[in-house]
Amino acid sequence: MSRRHVAVVGAGMAAARFAERYVALGGTGRVTLYGSEPRAPYNRALLADVLTGRFDAEAIALPTGGAELRPGAEVVALDLGARLLNLADGSTEAYDELVLATGANPVLPPIRGLRRDDGGGLNEGVHALRTLADCTRLAEEAVDAKRAVVVGGGVLGVSAARALAALGPQVEIVHQGPHLIERQLDADAAAALRGALRVLGVEVYLGNRARALTEAGEVELASGYRLATDLVVLACGVRPRTGLAHTAGLTVGKGVVVDDTLAASAPHVYAIGDCAEHAGTVHGLAGPAWEQADVLAARLSGADPDARYTGSRPLARLSAGPIEYAAFGEVQFDAADADEDVDELRLTDATRGTYKKLVMRGDRLVGAILLGDLATVGDLARALERDDSHTDAPLHLLSQHLLTTTPGAS
Amino acid sequence: MTTTTPTHCPYCSLQCGMRLAPAAGPVPVEVRERADFPVNRGALCGKGQNAAALLAPGTRLTTPLVRAGKAGGRGELRAASWTEALDRVAAGFAGVRERYGADAVGVFGGGGLTNEKAYQLGKFARIALKTATIDYNGRFCMSSAAAAGRIAFGVDRGLPFPLEDVPRTDCLILVGANPAETMPPALRYFRELRENGGTLIVVDPRRTRTAELADLHLQPVPGTDLALALGLLHLLIAERMVDVDFVAERTTGFEDARAAAMAHWPERVERITGVPVARLREAAQHFGRARTGMVLTARGPEQQSKGTDTVGAWINLCLASGKAGRRYSGYGCLTGQGNGQGGREHGQKADQLPGYRSIEDPAARAHVAAVWGVDPDELPRSGRSAYELLDSLGAEGPDGVRALLLMGSNPVVSAPRAGRIAERLRALDLLVVSDLVLSETAQLADVVLPSTQWAEETGTMTNLEGRVLLRRRAVAAPEGVRSDLWVLRELAERLGAKGAGGEGGFDDDPEAVFAELRRASAGGQADYAGISYERIAAEDGVFWPCPAEDHPGTPRLFLDAFATPDGRARFAPVSHRPAAEEPDAEYPMYLTTGRVLAQYQSGAQTRRVAELNSAAPGPFVELHPRLASRLGVADGEQLAVVSRRGRVVAPARISDAIRPDTVFMPFHWSGPGRANTLTNPALDPTSKMPEFKVCAVRIERVGESK
Repeated sequence: MSRRHVAVVGAGMAAARFAERYVALGGTGRVTLYGSEPRAPYNRALLADVLTGRFDAEAIALPTGGAELRPGAEVVALDLGARLLNLADGSTEAYDELVLATGANPVLPPIRGLRRDDGGGLNEGVHALRTLADCTRLAEEAVDAKRAVVVGGGVLGVSAARALAALGPQVEIVHQGPHLIERQLDADAAAALRGALRVLGVEVYLGNRARALTEAGEVELASGYRLATDLVVLACGVRPRTGLAHTAGLTVGKGVVVDDTLAASAPHVYAIGDCAEHAGTVHGLAGPAWEQADVLAARLSGADPDARYTGSRPLARLSAGPIEYAAFGEVQFDAADADEDVDELRLTDATRGTYKKLVMRGDRLVGAILLGDLATVGDLARALERDDSHTDAPLHLLSQHLLTTTPGAS
Repeated sequence: MTTTTPTHCPYCSLQCGMRLAPAAGPVPVEVRERADFPVNRGALCGKGQNAAALLAPGTRLTTPLVRAGKAGGRGELRAASWTEALDRVAAGFAGVRERYGADAVGVFGGGGLTNEKAYQLGKFARIALKTATIDYNGRFCMSSAAAAGRIAFGVDRGLPFPLEDVPRTDCLILVGANPAETMPPALRYFRELRENGGTLIVVDPRRTRTAELADLHLQPVPGTDLALALGLLHLLIAERMVDVDFVAERTTGFEDARAAAMAHWPERVERITGVPVARLREAAQHFGRARTGMVLTARGPEQQSKGTDTVGAWINLCLASGKAGRRYSGYGCLTGQGNGQGGREHGQKADQLPGYRSIEDPAARAHVAAVWGVDPDELPRSGRSAYELLDSLGAEGPDGVRALLLMGSNPVVSAPRAGRIAERLRALDLLVVSDLVLSETAQLADVVLPSTQWAEETGTMTNLEGRVLLRRRAVAAPEGVRSDLWVLRELAERLGAKGAGGEGGFDDDPEAVFAELRRASAGGQADYAGISYERIAAEDGVFWPCPAEDHPGTPRLFLDAFATPDGRARFAPVSHRPAAEEPDAEYPMYLTTGRVLAQYQSGAQTRRVAELNSAAPGPFVELHPRLASRLGVADGEQLAVVSRRGRVVAPARISDAIRPDTVFMPFHWSGPGRANTLTNPALDPTSKMPEFKVCAVRIERVGESK
């Protein structure tokens, strides 16, 4: 009998972590990573740092525990019955266990003039920021650019804008939503963040949709206003890559649907990372992807066959030069659905540009934002990890200097 | 004129110099300053100052004891003659060997034994008992650092430089080390470092007295310092602070280490360790920008089920920034026990022969067998590690150890999951303990042999710097007490060991044993061939390796090349992983264990010294005010701490110096407050170090129980 073959479709962060842990935990047989990009796995969370030149492109490679790498070997179809992969070059590979770690694609917004007329890729001057190749191309062009427009004011857009601003161009963010990063920040935090970006020379247009790129190289907004620019960076979010899974007949919602064992809807098939949907959630963050990879590696290697993934409480973190925040959970409640049981604690210091907020439901911490001053972020991370009840408001998460009393301490 | 005897302290690995002067009264000597000795320049801590107290009659054993009734029975210990005791031991060992095979007789040594005793004990096991079953408590001490050091540098010596170099480095990171409590006379070096403008960074889950001296204190979650070190390496790379030329010329394996660091970016490390990114950056800047730098680890990072990898990650930091193999730079381990260093070099360890040789290496076997006058094929192979050995005591079946000779160790207090170890010791057919006091382990023995101690005997010790030192006999031992070397000779003779008593046999004169050790170690990594008692006395100690009498010794290792076959240091390709046991709903807190100033190791000695014991009379549970408030616990209230392995009770000590998710207990005591009842014997796969420093517990108010 041939050696057990664990095939991983994808060679991103989840795939690399899975392979490394599987090997380290004594998993038998061979592990192969099939990647569509022509390079070994790398840390996508560091792309903004590659853009600013902090890291060389080669320097952000990730460990894979000696798993076999097949860069540029794109898997085009799955035969779940015969347990076969079909590769773009026409060859097939058999597997015993199949791990889908296909990640996500950038969302391309409906903007006229984005794509080349021949239907090929993006027009000249238009960039996505998902792969190292995207990053390298953008960095080359940014050197000579005077002006840049970032479409999308989510976390990727803000981080890209900050990185571009550090390279020289005048940067503008066009954001459809009412405030920046509305998935993670409330309006007040976003306003403080906008102020911090302005100090870096980044202008933000809120409640504006980009409608078209003109022949003259301008970004035309829905309002009719036009922004002259040399570069356009698209940061409109990502969408799980589920085409393979869908075509093969696996259950797919927003992502490939998995249970607590990370198993998809067919035997011997699993999904982890940005392509996986667990309990209705697609995280799209590195932390949860790792946790899923660790659980699956423990199960498939035999080190802990009963390991389960029961969800993550990711802490969203941005630390881009002077701009820094940490946030998690439910941070926005509007007056209309005011919940009597919800308490908010805030600490704002406009002079120092800091903003901190805790949201409690009963004795549970359900959301938090730290912006500008992150001295207590370690405690916040641990509070999340532990999910303790707090009979008193956890003021220590707002400031190190609000000490609680010490009952009976000598 | 009073003649004083220059010697060294009986306690920790500093081996501070002191003089002993004869005294009238129950304690026959008094401790005096020895200002000219370089390590401590006269300074002594409370333990050293009170070292002579244990020489007083009444505190120590003065006659052999044997247990009434048949072996394994539970009769009382009674006084016996040496002849009766040794006959019983020899007959017991021979009987077990006959019934169960040679490996069923085990030997367990200690890191406090002199080089001569450690050497002789290893030889006794291999050629008198012919057993592979020998290991020692040093396995619980610095074995992870030893393993990581050997992998990275090709040789393991606690410090690759003398302590006097420490104040001259620009940036020092102390990881999981608390010298303010464990080796106070060394603190001066860290203070001088700061006076000279250097930066001191301390990594510890507790704000210890040492951490309070630091410029920067990083307070990670227990068991996460591997991630912390990888995060710092990440930042060195990000900030372009890697010494590219050093990495290219003097190391191998950087690519894999860099990849591991890339998987540990600052925000990820913050989540794992609880150390804010800003503090990580500050630490990386200090260390990366410094011209010279050192990392010193102690038990914190080492006593983990991933201790070898954790130390490897800290070594990576030195290598990447070019801070190794150069003056005033490097990685070192602050060894714990008095002869933790020498004790691991000369054959007490399951896999080693004298001179830090591998017992599986044919050339090493041939060399040592020739010195011992035996056929190399007669030498046993590697045996099992300390916890594995203790865990197999009294077991039925082919792997069970039925008889044990234990010297200089108190595992009933110091071993992990100590409740089980006490139970295993009771299951033996024959337990023989040689000690100077009736320790908790000796109390379980069938035969107790009272041994000479420190000021009553001569022998060499190798301190944490790799400096070989001479302790001299200053006072006669009480009637009825014998040296371990004499005991081993007597037993070897009774067991009919080849050459016993003669050339190549079992001498009981320390200097003669040392002469043999020199020959056995010649050509090995820890080469003592050129070291003599005369040289040690004349030169304030001699640093190994010292292969010839005209060789000056080696205070500083690696300045020209590392001790690997190609002369290059090796980066460790390591990744973070959780502790073997992480908190969960049932056991929601971390427990970490450690030491206090006035006690030493299992406390068998220091608890018998009134001055020390009154300063630190018993165990306690240190917990954060917020945790105390949540539990409704007042300072001093009795608390139960419960793990999957047992339950202990000790008073609460409320302090904001500890993380709110962690409790701390010192481990020096036996009884209901024994911290090691709780600890987890999960072993490091390479070093076989148990995970003393982190396990999951729950805290209960006494009386309350789930």
